[in-house]
Amino acid sequence: MSSDAEAGASDAAGAGDPDRETKAERIRELLATEGDAVAENTRGFNDGRYESTGRLDDYEALKDEARAIKEDAIERLPELIDEVRETVEANGGTVYLADDAADANRYIREVAADRGAERAVKSKSMTSEEIEVNDALATDGVDVVETDLGEWVLQLADEEPSHIVAPAIHKSREAIAELFAERFDPDDPPETAEELTMFARERLGELIEDADLGMTGANFVAADSGTMLLVTSEGNARKTVTATDTHVAVAGVEKLVPTVEEFSPFVELIGRSGTGQDVTSYISTLTPPVDSPVPDFEDDETPLADGSDADRDFHLVLIDNGRLAMRDDPELKETLYCIRCSACSNACGNFQSVGGHAFGGETYSGGIATGWEAGIEGLDTAAEFNDLCTGCSRCVPACPVGIDIPWINTAVRDRINRGEADASQLDWAFEELVPDEEPGGLDLATRLVGNYATLAKWGHRTAPIANRLANAGPVRAIAERVAGIDRRRELPEFARESLVDWFEARGGPAVPADEATRAAVVYPDTATNYVDVERGKATVRALEALGVHVRVPDLPGSGRPPLSQGMVATAEAAAEDLYAGLAPHLDAGRDVVVIEPSDLATFRREYERFLPVDSYERLADASYDAMEYVFGLLENGADPAALRAPSEGTGPVASGKRIAYHPHCQARTVEVGEYATATFERLGYDVRVSDTECCGMAGSFGYKTDYYELSVDVGEPLREQFGDTDRTVVAPGTSCTEQLDALLDAAPRHPIEVIAPRG
Amino acid sequence: MSLADTSTFTRRLDDLGVAVAAGPPEECATMVEAAAGEPAVGVPLGRSGPDGLADSPATLPDRVETEPTTADLRAAHTGITAASLGVAEYGSVALEADPAGTEPVSLFVDRHVVVLREADIVPDMPDAFDWLGPRARDESADVVFATGPSATADMGGLVHGAHGPKEVHVVLLRDDGATDGSDAADAAEGIQ
Repeated sequence: MSSDAEAGASDAAGAGDPDRETKAERIRELLATEGDAVAENTRGFNDGRYESTGRLDDYEALKDEARAIKEDAIERLPELIDEVRETVEANGGTVYLADDAADANRYIREVAADRGAERAVKSKSMTSEEIEVNDALATDGVDVVETDLGEWVLQLADEEPSHIVAPAIHKSREAIAELFAERFDPDDPPETAEELTMFARERLGELIEDADLGMTGANFVAADSGTMLLVTSEGNARKTVTATDTHVAVAGVEKLVPTVEEFSPFVELIGRSGTGQDVTSYISTLTPPVDSPVPDFEDDETPLADGSDADRDFHLVLIDNGRLAMRDDPELKETLYCIRCSACSNACGNFQSVGGHAFGGETYSGGIATGWEAGIEGLDTAAEFNDLCTGCSRCVPACPVGIDIPWINTAVRDRINRGEADASQLDWAFEELVPDEEPGGLDLATRLVGNYATLAKWGHRTAPIANRLANAGPVRAIAERVAGIDRRRELPEFARESLVDWFEARGGPAVPADEATRAAVVYPDTATNYVDVERGKATVRALEALGVHVRVPDLPGSGRPPLSQGMVATAEAAAEDLYAGLAPHLDAGRDVVVIEPSDLATFRREYERFLPVDSYERLADASYDAMEYVFGLLENGADPAALRAPSEGTGPVASGKRIAYHPHCQARTVEVGEYATATFERLGYDVRVSDTECCGMAGSFGYKTDYYELSVDVGEPLREQFGDTDRTVVAPGTSCTEQLDALLDAAPRHPIEVIAPRG
Repeated sequence: MSLADTSTFTRRLDDLGVAVAAGPPEECATMVEAAAGEPAVGVPLGRSGPDGLADSPATLPDRVETEPTTADLRAAHTGITAASLGVAEYGSVALEADPAGTEPVSLFVDRHVVVLREADIVPDMPDAFDWLGPRARDESADVVFATGPSATADMGGLVHGAHGPKEVHVVLLRDDGATDGSDAADAAEGIQ
């Protein structure tokens, strides 16, 4: 799509962008047709993950172990490839290392031709989807039958998988019943899940009996023995291998692990992480050729145990197809640790709404797909869906091998930005507003959001005019056309007096340093400083009430907005500037209190990549979420009576005692979301916490015309939970606040505004 | 194996909807008789599962066809095999593919009846893979860790019996009072 996108980008300053419309339409269509089925299934899987991993005593230790095995295996990959060749050959099998899809398909076609195969049966394998081996075999007249029930449904319907583990997740039972009725015209059409399954079992059972070639994938392959591990539930992989005398296993080279013993943590993690099963029905650990007799279903006389005369044949086709290059790519390398469990799909708000048909490339889908598609297919393919990762980071704790999936998305977005930059764009017009480190020609919407700090500063200086202008009809129409900002969203209103100016004007710190229990800098993040100043003032009041010497120095933005747009160099420069601004305060032993959770998450996560390790650790250790800090002060003896307790009495007044709290997605990931709950409860409030992990707004994402409807759909469960609550709704994230405002029609406040003494 | 492992194992099986019968090896045939539907095919104990089972008093009922043809297999309601190992924490049984046909007999049927020695239960997954490692390297073993019946959710709801068995029964051979016998059986296995 690169040529389209370039046309779109250079056209952005002019009239309507055809590419953008197409994307919005596609998403709208998927929301209407497949969204409900995908949402129900993925949310079920995600809930299951929490339950199933919660039953493990040593979940984090297992994840660490799995991660260490993958790091080691990828490090030693060339050596493991040599080793597995030896072990498989010693067992009587063959290993073929295919450079790319065409090479793999050529080899598999030869194997099929040598066997004289008329029918191949397959168990589910994403790698075989990647190389499109079905089409290759079909050109030789081989009848290829998918035996995984979900894959078979898709084969009949001629559709692509919408999920890497549950491929037909987007199809309802009714749609499958309709498909079977149409394709097979049975006398007694199956309708219930049970009937549909038995119908498929019988049909496929017959096809398997007559098959000559069995194809499987492999979840893992142990180099020390040539043993492959298959994670399945239906039993079709077992039948595929047992019923045929020629077994072809297709696996990416990254599936190699050194030893059989190292399968263990993955077996414990993969089902739990994916569909929430402690373990799937069948974990096949095969060291092929397998020892089972080859059943001859045409010979009814001879005992099975005698087998047919045929010896079993085994071919392990290891696929490179870009993987060895990914291994040498510092940003994409981590993708190779992926065990294809689907946790990042199921944990993702956007994926839950649209599924893999929108949030996916040629083969892979979900958050990690950006890494796979960028490495295997190239940037153009990744660019088609990479926007759908909003960086909410809920996949990070879900990933059993600890891949920083949002970072891979950011790094790839950065490459896309640079790759697609078109110097002909009229950047000079916006030079002052977009003083970034990025190449000229970058999409204007990207740059405006990425330079939000400058934009906000400018907006606040000219606040009355800027606010009136910003929401005026004609300006919104232009903003939508030029920058892709959806006019159904209200734009944030800039404050006339920034937090920093207010603090200075009132005379600086109210608690002298020598009388204070602690000294802290309240970080005036861009949103707090220029837009939502009240939460900044409330933070200052709350901290001072608890005896803290507070300063609010003028500091630059954290780099979070440019990071969300993949503008890595700009974000890195911002990190350096901000650290320089904070360093004297850190030297003086001051804590850094952060109001906006996404900024705190940036300090604790991405700054590790931007700052020298000592600086990163120093800032990460010294910085606190505002509610975390209050909680810590109370724990250390500060007087809770200095804060605002819930109102007494009944009726509308008492509703102030009851809180509906939506923690920020990234705050959940850096594990500070619970401090607000704990602090509220300590002060006597009654708190209900939202079940929705990401509101769907995700910074600028929900403002974009392409994604407005998706963003609202992701927030829908939040509306269902809090829509008619009489509780006071609180949310610390700026973008959550905007989303909740739109969804609930009630402007939520930051938790600190509820507990801070009145100003 | 410890008593705690056995109780964890049977509790997990219960959660999975797997029926369990437990008794001394002498009662194996009776327990299998009660668990197996009709017609039933099987693999002789010892040819399926640990070699030591061949010398134990455990046997299969006479009505079980132990030299099935593919026609018998297709017609069978129940398949009876031994398992080499049980994994307590997961309620899994390790089925070994062998020339005697343990894999097809346990797979192409509606009900799988698994005979497992209590002594072969290990506590957790790492123990199972410690057991498998040498077997895979030295003997090219092919093992399926089966946990409950075959299942799918691809057709709009959870259904048991997608391609493999719809039901699983476990016959657990207790070794109380027969510890020596079990050791002897292990030794015999070692010699072979």
